[in-house]
Amino acid sequence: MEILDALLQGFIVALEPINLLLVIVGVTVGLFIGAMPGLGSVNGVAILLPTTFLVPPTSAIIFLAAIYYGAMYGGAISSIMLGIPGASTAVATTFDGRPMALRGEADQALTAAAVASFVGGTISVLLFTGFAPPLAEVALAFGSPEEFALMMLAFATFIGLGGDDIPKTLFSIFIGLALSAVGLDIISGEPRLIFFDIQGFFHGINFLVLAIGIYGIGEMLWTIESSRGNVRVSKAMVSVDRILGALRRTKEAVGAIFAGSFLGYFVGILPAAGATPGSMMAYGVAKMISKKPDSFGKGNISGVAAPEAANNAASTGSMLPMLTLGIPGSPTTAILLGGMVIWGLEPGPRLFVDQAEFVWGLIASLYIANLFAVLVNIAFIPAFIWVLKMPFTILAPVIFILCVVGGYAPTQNMHDVWLMFVFGIAAYLLRKLDYPMAPAVLAIVLGPLAEVSLRQSLLIAHGSPMIFFERPIAATIMAISFVLFALPLVKYIRARLSDRAAGL
Amino acid sequence: MKTMQGLFIRCLAATLALGTSMLAFSQAAFAWEPKKPVDFVIMAGKGGGADRMARLMQSVIEKNDFASKPFIPINKPGGSGAEALLHLKNAKGIAADHTVMVTLNSFYTTPMRQKNLGIDPLSFTPVGRMAEDTFLLWVHKDSGITNIEDFVKAAKAEGRDWIMAGTGKGQEDQLLTDFLNGAYGLQMKYVPFKGGGRVAKELAGKHAHSTVNNPSEQLGFYEAGTTMPIASFTPERLPMFQEAPTFKELGKNFVYFMQRSVVGPQAMSDEAEEYYRGVFKKVYDSPEWQKYMTDKSLQGEFITGDELIAYWTDNNGRHETILKAIGEI
Repeated sequence: MEILDALLQGFIVALEPINLLLVIVGVTVGLFIGAMPGLGSVNGVAILLPTTFLVPPTSAIIFLAAIYYGAMYGGAISSIMLGIPGASTAVATTFDGRPMALRGEADQALTAAAVASFVGGTISVLLFTGFAPPLAEVALAFGSPEEFALMMLAFATFIGLGGDDIPKTLFSIFIGLALSAVGLDIISGEPRLIFFDIQGFFHGINFLVLAIGIYGIGEMLWTIESSRGNVRVSKAMVSVDRILGALRRTKEAVGAIFAGSFLGYFVGILPAAGATPGSMMAYGVAKMISKKPDSFGKGNISGVAAPEAANNAASTGSMLPMLTLGIPGSPTTAILLGGMVIWGLEPGPRLFVDQAEFVWGLIASLYIANLFAVLVNIAFIPAFIWVLKMPFTILAPVIFILCVVGGYAPTQNMHDVWLMFVFGIAAYLLRKLDYPMAPAVLAIVLGPLAEVSLRQSLLIAHGSPMIFFERPIAATIMAISFVLFALPLVKYIRARLSDRAAGL
Repeated sequence: MKTMQGLFIRCLAATLALGTSMLAFSQAAFAWEPKKPVDFVIMAGKGGGADRMARLMQSVIEKNDFASKPFIPINKPGGSGAEALLHLKNAKGIAADHTVMVTLNSFYTTPMRQKNLGIDPLSFTPVGRMAEDTFLLWVHKDSGITNIEDFVKAAKAEGRDWIMAGTGKGQEDQLLTDFLNGAYGLQMKYVPFKGGGRVAKELAGKHAHSTVNNPSEQLGFYEAGTTMPIASFTPERLPMFQEAPTFKELGKNFVYFMQRSVVGPQAMSDEAEEYYRGVFKKVYDSPEWQKYMTDKSLQGEFITGDELIAYWTDNNGRHETILKAIGEI
């Protein structure tokens, strides 16, 4: 009851005209920031942070949170429409969103993404409302060994991602891991894999550079080659009927959406993880629980819905450690955290007590932001579809420019743009040889997180890997991931056995 | 005749007015101003003490219009600040006049530990020292430890299993850990994490036994009664943590500060240097900054130019001695 009271108070704050207006403006701005490749919620929030000094702190965080939220919705748009991940959090959406768009189902993919985002957002805000303090305890209980176990789980969900060819999937994962090791070692500070002493390698390989290279440049080369210059413009249709139909079809993905929401929220509340690994893991899980895992990567609606539900849920989740522990769960919340310091609010365990109006106003505004984001998003679908109707001769250069901008924007370094071209060409060649690329992207995202937590754990345990099995949470997660690692092998042996049985 | 005279006076007035405005214009042209947004490099991860402080400086600049172009914070935490130092070293031309960096003490230690980077911190442009941050020794409330004797006893009992969490290898936190190990005959295990905020959380979550956080990083947990300070590395007790004695009082003459300075690249022009010095002096004098210093137990005057170089030289020597003593270099 106490919580409902507080929430009601929060709604009174959030529904003040200025706050309501800021939510609507925020989600709309966020939607477009998220849709621009290279411009993610981090940049959006950072750019607009200084403008918030004009309003009271509560309104300020409501505005920034609305942008964060809107950007989570928006990231899906360019992933689906152009095949370029709009933001790091939307990389997994590309895997199935793009094939759907090529089949002329862009409107369905966009609708599914919007609905999934809404569900993910709502579930996570409900969890936030009801269980913030106990969940903060969970976040505290996660140390390095638990984090490493979680990363193993993430890899395990991806083992089956590359289809049946497990050696090729492994190869792809190892390429990603090797690339993620480039740069300065986080623990010792020693430079590693600085090829030809090029300065640009010191800051490591930003995984957006790899993702845009593979999905933007590589995909474009692939389209040009496979169509031999005679590009068939994807059939793009849109009407109210079709959107209603799409809503019905989204039902297929209900399981994936719910799995993605809970998983995303949970990963989001853990410091150091955030929405990007959350959405990737959700994709892996959706494939695992799907009845038609083979259709993943070829345009399965669940493959769009799961990561989108997860990234919205994770963005709400990552606010939890920010508010209760003063630790950002994602790069964007790190900026929000900076904002709170500037507004004179002390994040930490006391915030819920000392600044109840601020906290509950923010939570209530997330409900409202969620609702507006889904409405604004669906309203814009016809406009986005119109983009797809452009002839390929116009679309291709636009995609190319967006790729270059997207590769340049995060670090503002031409080195990254050249690297992106190299990855694009390499990805195109590997694709011709039938190597799956998604595992490489996953590995470059999770690799550094896994490496640091592994080394910290081993330092704590004086080099003994038993630490992962002595702590209850870590041991449980490790056990689950071992089962998942073994699963494809079991399936493989079974298939062989039944083949033999059929042969006899 | 009268009209002629009037016309003459008017002409004269107009000429004078034009002249003055020209003068004003040329003066404005002389004062250097940034031509594009300024890269505000932070040599630490997001959410730590250095990061929060940099973002506060940025907001003070924005809010009060201290600069004509925005300051964009960029985190370069890699390799105990090596990534940030290299970025600064390589800033040339227009970039040199549009890059400033917030430093920690890894400003001294990272170049010493990684000679191959070829960085001399004393060669950077001294913009201003904004504050000196303080260190305390923290434990979890549930540990039952309330004073240094308890701490030493408990840490001795655990031996190598006592975990001290800190930020980065060979950085401030490790120096303090090594000092404690040496002074009290302990064998605490130092485990590096990314950012002071994360370190504070490790202690609150009982994944570490102790930390040497800055006050700003532990404040939230301290106020919630989760963690508590045992002793401070300052010359005198901190007003906020009166209960924590200094190591001096405890008979170990060890005082250690973290510098919070703003530096520019070697290649920064004199005009730009003058400009940034002005901007950050204004930040230092602003009520927001002064309040932050009181709230977070920061100390130190604003110093710049030769005085700052002298301060760096002194501290650089001190760090070299400490690092040599503990066998890091």
